Amino acid sequence: MESNWLWLIPGLPFMGSVICGALHFLTLRARERNPEAKGPAALAGPIAAGLVGLAFVLTTVAFSAIRGEDRTLLQSAPWNWIPVDGHTVAGVAMVVDRLSAAMGLVVTGVGFLIHVYATGYMHGDRGYAKFFAYLNLFVAMMLVLILSSSIVGTFVGWEGVGLCSYLLIGFWYDKQDGWPAEAGQKAFIMNRIGDASFLLGMFLLFKNFGAFDYASINAAAEATHAAGASTGQLALAAALLFGGACGKSAQLPLFTWLPDAMAGPTPVSALIHAATMVTSGIYLIIRLNPLYALAPQVMYGVAVVGALTAFIAGSSALVQRDLKGVLAYSTVSQLGYMFLALGSGAWVAALFHVITHAFFKALLFLGAGSVIHGMHEEQDMHKMGGLRRYMPRTFITFLAGAGALSGLPLLSGFFSKDEILGHTFALGGTWYLLWLVGVGTAALTAYYTWRMVALTFFGPERFDAKALHPHESPAVMTLPLVVLALLAVAGGLLGLPHIFHVPHLLHHWLEPVTHAGDAIRFGEHAPHLAAGTEWMLLGFGALIALYFADRGFHAHKSGLAADEAFQARGGALARTLNNAWGIDRFYTRGVVATVKLAAVFIAVVIDQLGIDGAVNALGRGARRTGESLRRFADGSIAGYGLWMGAGAAVLVLVLTWMGV
Amino acid sequence: MLLSLLTFLPLVGALLVAVLPTRGNAALRAVTLGVTLVVAALGVWVFLGFEGASAEAQYVESHAWFTLGNIQVTYRLGVDGLSILLVALTAVLMPFVAAASSGHIHTRQREFLVWLLVMETGMMGVFLALDVMLFYFFWEVSLVPLYFILGIWGAEKRIYATLKFFLYTLSGSLLMLVAIIAAVYGSGHSDIAGITDWAASQPLARTGWLFAGFAIAFAIKVPLIPFHTWLADAHTQAPTAGSVILAGVLLKMGTYGLLRFGIAMFPAAAISAAPLFLALGAVGILYGAFLAMAQTDVKRLIACSSVSHLGFVVMGMFALTAAGLRGGVLQMINHGLSTGLLFLLFGAIYERRHSRDIAQFGGLAACVPIFAFFWTFSMLASVGLPGLNGFVGEWLILLGTFQASPLIAALAVTGVIFGAVYLLKATRGLLFGPVIHEENRSMPDLRLAEIAVVAPLCLACLWIGVAPGGLLNKTTGSVEALVQRLDAARGTLQSAMLDDVERPR
Repeated sequence: MESNWLWLIPGLPFMGSVICGALHFLTLRARERNPEAKGPAALAGPIAAGLVGLAFVLTTVAFSAIRGEDRTLLQSAPWNWIPVDGHTVAGVAMVVDRLSAAMGLVVTGVGFLIHVYATGYMHGDRGYAKFFAYLNLFVAMMLVLILSSSIVGTFVGWEGVGLCSYLLIGFWYDKQDGWPAEAGQKAFIMNRIGDASFLLGMFLLFKNFGAFDYASINAAAEATHAAGASTGQLALAAALLFGGACGKSAQLPLFTWLPDAMAGPTPVSALIHAATMVTSGIYLIIRLNPLYALAPQVMYGVAVVGALTAFIAGSSALVQRDLKGVLAYSTVSQLGYMFLALGSGAWVAALFHVITHAFFKALLFLGAGSVIHGMHEEQDMHKMGGLRRYMPRTFITFLAGAGALSGLPLLSGFFSKDEILGHTFALGGTWYLLWLVGVGTAALTAYYTWRMVALTFFGPERFDAKALHPHESPAVMTLPLVVLALLAVAGGLLGLPHIFHVPHLLHHWLEPVTHAGDAIRFGEHAPHLAAGTEWMLLGFGALIALYFADRGFHAHKSGLAADEAFQARGGALARTLNNAWGIDRFYTRGVVATVKLAAVFIAVVIDQLGIDGAVNALGRGARRTGESLRRFADGSIAGYGLWMGAGAAVLVLVLTWMGV
Repeated sequence: MLLSLLTFLPLVGALLVAVLPTRGNAALRAVTLGVTLVVAALGVWVFLGFEGASAEAQYVESHAWFTLGNIQVTYRLGVDGLSILLVALTAVLMPFVAAASSGHIHTRQREFLVWLLVMETGMMGVFLALDVMLFYFFWEVSLVPLYFILGIWGAEKRIYATLKFFLYTLSGSLLMLVAIIAAVYGSGHSDIAGITDWAASQPLARTGWLFAGFAIAFAIKVPLIPFHTWLADAHTQAPTAGSVILAGVLLKMGTYGLLRFGIAMFPAAAISAAPLFLALGAVGILYGAFLAMAQTDVKRLIACSSVSHLGFVVMGMFALTAAGLRGGVLQMINHGLSTGLLFLLFGAIYERRHSRDIAQFGGLAACVPIFAFFWTFSMLASVGLPGLNGFVGEWLILLGTFQASPLIAALAVTGVIFGAVYLLKATRGLLFGPVIHEENRSMPDLRLAEIAVVAPLCLACLWIGVAPGGLLNKTTGSVEALVQRLDAARGTLQSAMLDDVERPR
């Protein structure tokens, strides 16, 4: 039975996008007559939020329809998109299964809250309706990415969210000398590097399996495993697709666009660059878990990349002064955890962290937005301090988010992070090393999170309160904060450790999606921790989080002394961390400069001087020859006839020689 | 009769415009627009009636024309899956060009419109001719109008650009003429089907030469590197209407020729030469992209992007797989639409500011938001964003190439990255950042007439991007027949290599 109404889930926000776009142009027309005219732009916020809310309702309906054991997915009729040749069609259907339902709820649910928040945050902006047009388009594309039945459909969403990211990062394109536009461009291009890899992976899969839809691909992967056939090409395909994931989900070596993406309005950072889009890569790998399970060496690579990214980004977050900068690096770092989980074969733990992270990181970003809003666009934490007195609601909810991020016991992040590290630990061998990196990063996380809290909300006020008048944000902004805070605190209930002797809800829920990958990767003997070991790891994680949170908080709660001391005496370490390990600098000075140089070299030396120079020389030569030949053109008919005859003879000779 | 109408109605229109006794230009423009609209309607009619599943030429008209010795040259028109999309594109694009030209052609309008219509006849004939002599006739007819359009209505360095264009094209034409004469006398046929049949029985040593003659002639037209340097000058100097026709249709005569006279006529030779053309295509993609990155002249940048995009087309066709061929044919249309749009849009800005230097702009998104919207849309179509037309073509081409040669595909796929680099860079330079030049602030936004030209083309990009089947299914029969013939030729080539026996000459 086909459920064509599923198309409405991305369709509604898409309609919203078109409507808001129209409202924007109507507003522009109204402003042509009167620059101060309001126009119908104000309608855009409620319409956009309402339609995303409706999409959430529909997703919930679909979600409840697949709760039972007898039916775990809904599928629409396919859109026969690209007929590849006379027989094969690359089509797309909308599918809600256990995985896409969970992701869909996060995207529409958190997306709805952020839309509501944004109606307050963007109030008075001259591009208000345009902003919601982009934001709605983003939600639509994200839903296409998640709900598509085929990898081609996912790619449509994949590039679509990239486009929205580009447009929204560069939303304030004329500010700061055009830097947001540059940042948007950087994001788009770095994503495209990943996308090129994604395309090759898609083609290689098609070459092997002759299909684009996930069901066939995964079935073929299982069949390959059952037949014991060679997996070399499949491993390569998995690696190439992971390359795509590295771009979208900001992993090494393609993560440097994400910190710059903070040039966009803060609701964008919360929705796109924390809660949803950047988790696409994780979604893709869970979706293709049987394929990845066939290639343990690729999975190991995924885990290593994840762990390294987590550590490098986490350490860079330690020294950031920009409030959103800390959160940006923190996001990269947390995404690294998710890839570490995927590499360890802990698909469920990865999704668990995707969900809890969506709650607490969206909360932190929106909180940061509230702070920035209240501080009149100030983002430098060194110019904040003591804000808990001015914005109590933001402060309290921010604490909840910070607690969850740093993994304080019993909050959501604590459980999801613990589950990832537990899985890595259980694999043993060289995985202990990756576990160690993960634990180290947890320590960094706790430290930088509470440094951020201390610098922002505690200590002396490092601004002129009389001039600045910091203020709490309106209810339309703080209400979403409260909801997200509740989720950040209680989100752990989705996946309590089995030593608590309660069901792991998410594990049970995802079983139909992940069992194939589990069976291929681990067979009958999934690595398992003894209850004692697990209790120990849990306790150890709690201790690490508490200790470093305490250190981070107390070192910075009274002012900038600790920061200044580190910058003064930190030497090479401080420089390395300030520059995020110099990776971005390497790109701008190494790669970008080389490409620019190559472009100029090709355009000037090879093309203008070389090829075109030769052509012009040929032209000059021809003119000289023509001048010297002029005496043959003496006007006598006989002479012309002679030359014509000679020419014809040459032509005949040539043809004869060619054997015609 | 339908195809003859399609071909010669513009010529009739040209005569009409030439002799119409009126002093004002409005009537002339109206006649031109009317004629192109009728042709467009006819083109759409032919397109809708075309049976995509069939490999046969349709709407065929055939009359004896003249004889060369004992060889019968025929006036033979027809349309098949390789040409139907280009016929439709030409027919549909011309009214837009005619409408847009009123904005920027201010002198000698009557002449301009005459040349425009003559050009349409030439282009239609090229795509419809099923006889090589007739093809050659139309080919030459189509060159003359552009020569004048460039030379009379071009920008400051128009004479240099015109001469270059003319010499390049002439060299190609002569080479093609030699190849045509050789093929006609060798086979004793002048119609394409006859030559094709004859070529199938000939040894590679002979068809190889013929293939080379045709291929180089068309490579100049495409242009493939290293024959591309006329394009940037011609595009930069041409008036907007000229650039649009050049990018939209004229260059496709080259890729179409490669397909019809290279691959379809000499499959065995094409198979042998495919690695070279795959490589040239892939290198062209990157070379064009790097060239574009270094440009500061917006029109030149778009011209260089054409080199890159046409590299995709050539690569896809010479993948010699169904996906690659279909993608190549579709991408000809896509490039015509999206690059045509970019030229039209920048043309509108050029009319207002009379500068092509990107440094003269910046922050236009705030000054001319409607222009900004359409530019961004067209740029994204060109970049190959899924949902718009460019993606479908590029994706099919890359897929087809991957099936033929994963390594070439891996090289070419980086074009997806560099393509984004130069187009985003141009967009950043035009639209974003603060407004640096005060005169841009008072620049008027797109007028309704201009919107009426670009909006339908943008809709076409969207339509092809979302439902490409409407176009692709028209190619199915012809492409499949071609792939079968390629397979057969491949078999013959292999057995020839295996036998290694002297064949009777």
